[in-house]
Amino acid sequence: MRGVTVLKEEDDKTRTLNPHTLMAFSGEAGDTVQFAEYIQANVQLYGMRNNSKWQLSPSAVASFVRRELAKSLRSRKPYYVNLLIGGFDTNTNEPHLYWLDYLAASARTPYSAHGYAQYYCLSILDKHHNPNITLEEGQKLLRMCHEELVKRLPIDYKGLLVKVIRADGITELEL
Amino acid sequence: MSNPFSINGGAVVAMVGKDCVAIACDLRLGMQALTVSNDFPKIFNYGDVYLGLTGLATDVTTVSEMFRYKVNMYRLREERDIEPETMANLVSSSLYEKRFGPYFVSPVIAGINPHSQKPFVCGFDSIGCIDFAKDFIVSGTASDQLFGTCESLWEPDMEPEDLFETISQAMLNSVDRDALSGWGAHVYVITKDKVVKRLLKGRQD
Repeated sequence: MRGVTVLKEEDDKTRTLNPHTLMAFSGEAGDTVQFAEYIQANVQLYGMRNNSKWQLSPSAVASFVRRELAKSLRSRKPYYVNLLIGGFDTNTNEPHLYWLDYLAASARTPYSAHGYAQYYCLSILDKHHNPNITLEEGQKLLRMCHEELVKRLPIDYKGLLVKVIRADGITELEL
Repeated sequence: MSNPFSINGGAVVAMVGKDCVAIACDLRLGMQALTVSNDFPKIFNYGDVYLGLTGLATDVTTVSEMFRYKVNMYRLREERDIEPETMANLVSSSLYEKRFGPYFVSPVIAGINPHSQKPFVCGFDSIGCIDFAKDFIVSGTASDQLFGTCESLWEPDMEPEDLFETISQAMLNSVDRDALSGWGAHVYVITKDKVVKRLLKGRQD
């Protein structure tokens, strides 16, 4: 979107950092992709320098991204990027989700959102999410969030892009 | 509203007892009125020293990581843990280094000196001015409320059990009157040969 004009209907606002970590971003137009791809390149470089079976864990990725954002915050022109980092830790078999804002405040959360979605979706997730939620229940929950956004947002909502991170990698999901 | 000290919210309090100290923090991380996380502890351990940090969440993390590095380097150089009084001077000089572009944090230190066995608490402003106290130190968005509860509940020479009850009630009742802090608390009661960490469940609103 540029002002009121829709430029693209299906814009993938995620980048795959390594086989088990995905980063979703929002924020200022140029900054988002520039920062995301800088992070993507550096996380992939780490994977190449080391054994390809020995990738950074999601918590390590989140901590690296936070540090880069924190450095940027006190620079002449900080990146204005809000992030969600999802990952599956193949060592502990644990899923991780990190919430980071452009100030580089970072928190590990069971579910989170950025922008207007925070106001519409977090209350739904507060009510219906549980720690042992299955993928099917998760899809149902995302559909509820989607419905709420369509209902409450005064824009022509173009839908969601859903990606799932599991032990065997990242796949796109039809909601 | 755009004050960096009150964007994310949070509260820390430390108290002195008889041969013991206690330090407590809330668990909220917010963006203005919106709560983002209810598991964001603000107390960090460095050997014998406990450091509480309130203020801008990004700086809470940055500063806690910076002191982890500095204290580890100190431990390697000196081959011993850092003492609370030394840590206070390290915090002070590290913050003053950033005098004209400060970290937006209000640190609190609590600990027992391993040699003299004396309890020690102190607080700082964001540019490193040390506030030594023999009773209690408060910091964060609920600091006004904490001053009130601490002033009325604290008394000298409390035993660890009494100190725990006092600091917990001071904390819980203060954060309930502050919209930007709360959502549970961590309380550390430090005696010379034992540290007890307790998780308090608070009001979830």
